[in-house]
Amino acid sequence: MTARKIPGPIVTVESEPFWNAARQRRFVVPTCGACGKAHWYPRAVCPFCSAEKIEWRAASGQGTIYSFSVMRRAKEPYAIGYVTLAEGPTMLTNIVDCDFDALHIGQSVRLVFAETEDGPPVPLFRPD
Amino acid sequence: MTIKGKAYIAGAFEHPTRHAPDKSVAQLHAEVALGALADAGLTRDDVDGYFCAADAPGPGPASMAEYLNLTKLRHVDSTELGGTSYVALAGHAAAAIALGKCDVALITLAGRPRSEGMATGTTPRLRDPNQPEAGFEFPYGLTTANGYAMCAMRHMHQYGTTSEQLAWIKVAASHHAQHNPNAMLPEVVTVADVVASPLIADPLHRLDCCVISDGGGALVIVRPEIAKNLRRPPVKIIGAGETVKHLAGGTFDLTISGAARSGPAAFAEAGVEPADIKYVSIYDSFTITVLIQLEDLGFCAKGAGGKFVADGNLISGIGRLPFNTDGGGLCNNHPANRGGMTKVIEAVRQLRGEAHPAVQVKNCDLALAQGTGMQLGTRHCSATLIMERE
Repeated sequence: MTARKIPGPIVTVESEPFWNAARQRRFVVPTCGACGKAHWYPRAVCPFCSAEKIEWRAASGQGTIYSFSVMRRAKEPYAIGYVTLAEGPTMLTNIVDCDFDALHIGQSVRLVFAETEDGPPVPLFRPD
Repeated sequence: MTIKGKAYIAGAFEHPTRHAPDKSVAQLHAEVALGALADAGLTRDDVDGYFCAADAPGPGPASMAEYLNLTKLRHVDSTELGGTSYVALAGHAAAAIALGKCDVALITLAGRPRSEGMATGTTPRLRDPNQPEAGFEFPYGLTTANGYAMCAMRHMHQYGTTSEQLAWIKVAASHHAQHNPNAMLPEVVTVADVVASPLIADPLHRLDCCVISDGGGALVIVRPEIAKNLRRPPVKIIGAGETVKHLAGGTFDLTISGAARSGPAAFAEAGVEPADIKYVSIYDSFTITVLIQLEDLGFCAKGAGGKFVADGNLISGIGRLPFNTDGGGLCNNHPANRGGMTKVIEAVRQLRGEAHPAVQVKNCDLALAQGTGMQLGTRHCSATLIMERE
């Protein structure tokens, strides 16, 4: 799926629900039970209304590229990017299974999970 | 309450080294400290306030205070804001002096990433596993270069900025660096050279990136009564601002930096406008860093930075807004991977009329130093400092 070996994410007591869902290949987006807004990166305290009522809601996995950069200097070039989720927030990720030279801002992308070296799988995106 | 006119930069020193495998980091801190004190005409025993950031060896100010044997300290500050720390610490020193917490403030910066073989911009670095975002960033190979590159990519998309326009920033820096005998890259380059250099992280080329160097610098800031009796031309601090800009829960605009907040705060305190400024030092980790900060400081409209920097507008003697007349981080040095200190030092040289004659701005009575620390593409600190020639 991707040439670059991906180091496993650090899992904390706070982010554990996200990574447990990822282990089941479920992509969840933290959404506040009080104000209803989704946020990124996942945390236990809502960054918008400060409530501690985060719900881990199943997300569509659909998004569009907000920005990206192909790391040409790396041994195995890879594309880092920000993807704006259909649910609202914009997240850091990699764009994979793509022609680096055809990537563009505004492009529709869809979630895929990728195995990591030593942790749960991480959400990446590929052109839709 | 304001810091305007309450403190003066009395001493400034930039270490001439760019490669120091034979010196320790503590030793470099000591050499720049003593250099700045000598410049001011003061001694170690006059120092009662010490300011440093995370490049100082050991936690906080303790190890360096001991190494330097500072025995009269009554105020310390080790605020860590990444590469812009020293721009902010100059403001903190002025505030501490204004409050009577100290009379003679020493700020030091030093490091040797070049000797230590650090792949500063192109290797993902996990700094602290307790950083709450670490698990959602480190796996993706976020580096310094590709984070800033995403800001450039978005700026190009949103405003039509081109690689050639960004290249003009490097071209201007190189025009200045040719006159700096200590500069790592003293050769003048062209727009064509920049865009023909290898891509590091799209759309940033090698010549869009700053150098990696050893070295350091220091400042001595004193209260007005002391400045009056010193031999060097006094440089008055008249405004300072600082902030943090971050991803705001996933709702952000990568084309805006913290300068949009720290800049107006500093201008308001100083009581001046962007049009009044004769010289600017702008943190230039990458060309895009300069362009975005210039817009956010109000030197041109948001999105108009590409046109503003083109055609030599930042070259001293040619353009409207001379910047980084020492060659900046793009051509001169970037000691400890932290460019804030050298930004203040070159502004001091300009205000004293002691920049290289080929780049000295005529009647330079008002200057601004601006820095962003950490990562423009995620979260960063911004500090703005406005200084006036007495």
